[in-house]
Amino acid sequence: MKRFTCDELAGLITAYLEDALDRPARDGVRAHLACCEGCERYVEQFRATIGALGDPPPEKLPADMRDRLMSAFRERRRL
Amino acid sequence: MGSLAGGELPPDDVVVTALRAGDEAMFAALLDTWSGGMLRVARSYVSTDHSAEEVVQDTWLAVIGGIDAFQSRSSVKTWVYRILINTAKKRGARESRTLPWSSFEHDGVSVADQGFDAVLPGGWKELPAAWPTPESEALASEVRGLIAEGLARLPPRQRIVITLRDVEGCTSDEVCEILEISEANQRVLLHRARMAVRGWLADYFESVKQPE
Repeated sequence: MKRFTCDELAGLITAYLEDALDRPARDGVRAHLACCEGCERYVEQFRATIGALGDPPPEKLPADMRDRLMSAFRERRRL
Repeated sequence: MGSLAGGELPPDDVVVTALRAGDEAMFAALLDTWSGGMLRVARSYVSTDHSAEEVVQDTWLAVIGGIDAFQSRSSVKTWVYRILINTAKKRGARESRTLPWSSFEHDGVSVADQGFDAVLPGGWKELPAAWPTPESEALASEVRGLIAEGLARLPPRQRIVITLRDVEGCTSDEVCEILEISEANQRVLLHRARMAVRGWLADYFESVKQPE
């Protein structure tokens, strides 16, 4: 198992969440998180950030553009 | 499949067959499921909403024209997004807002710029503050606005990677294929971008904190 300092751990969170760490590193991250409140909270905030990013304001194409694209799709069959 | 915008679309072979047969409902479903995300991605490359809309329109026209020749070497989503990104890059270059795609120099946001002085090699100088759960719609909507504005300020490569991964829900394999970058590069860009966004959220939650 590897041992990490808090700043090293902060740099590994994405790799940890992606399951891209080798076993000793992953175990090291877990062991560190189990006994470091600051890093545990930091990882929670990372997860919350990812959650917030996945909830973007809705977007859609202007209705006239959507209509033109539907027509273009329909036209294609006649060519 | 199905990760984009949470839409439930049938498997690729069904989609492709339907499009080739001229199934308008299928085309409409793709259009409505993917266009929102495509607009967000296009904005990483061009400077106005209008340009982003045109990029998305041109992409769909290319999809309509290319569906008969599409060869399932990638997923339909990856194919569409590659067309989108090529179209957006060309348009962005015309607007002379070119992406330094071959270099990393503009992505060099150092750890010190990210409010990381709170983490000392030995441990936390100060615990990160607990965040409120943004359960109220007003707070959630402010957070969404803050993130949307902030993304525009990220270095372009970080912005496109975090948009594809965390906003649009693409997998890391998909992003590497769409952008033609290595997995390690993808991860570094994503991590830097997430650190930046986490930092803005931390500042925001600090600023709205109720006095104890």
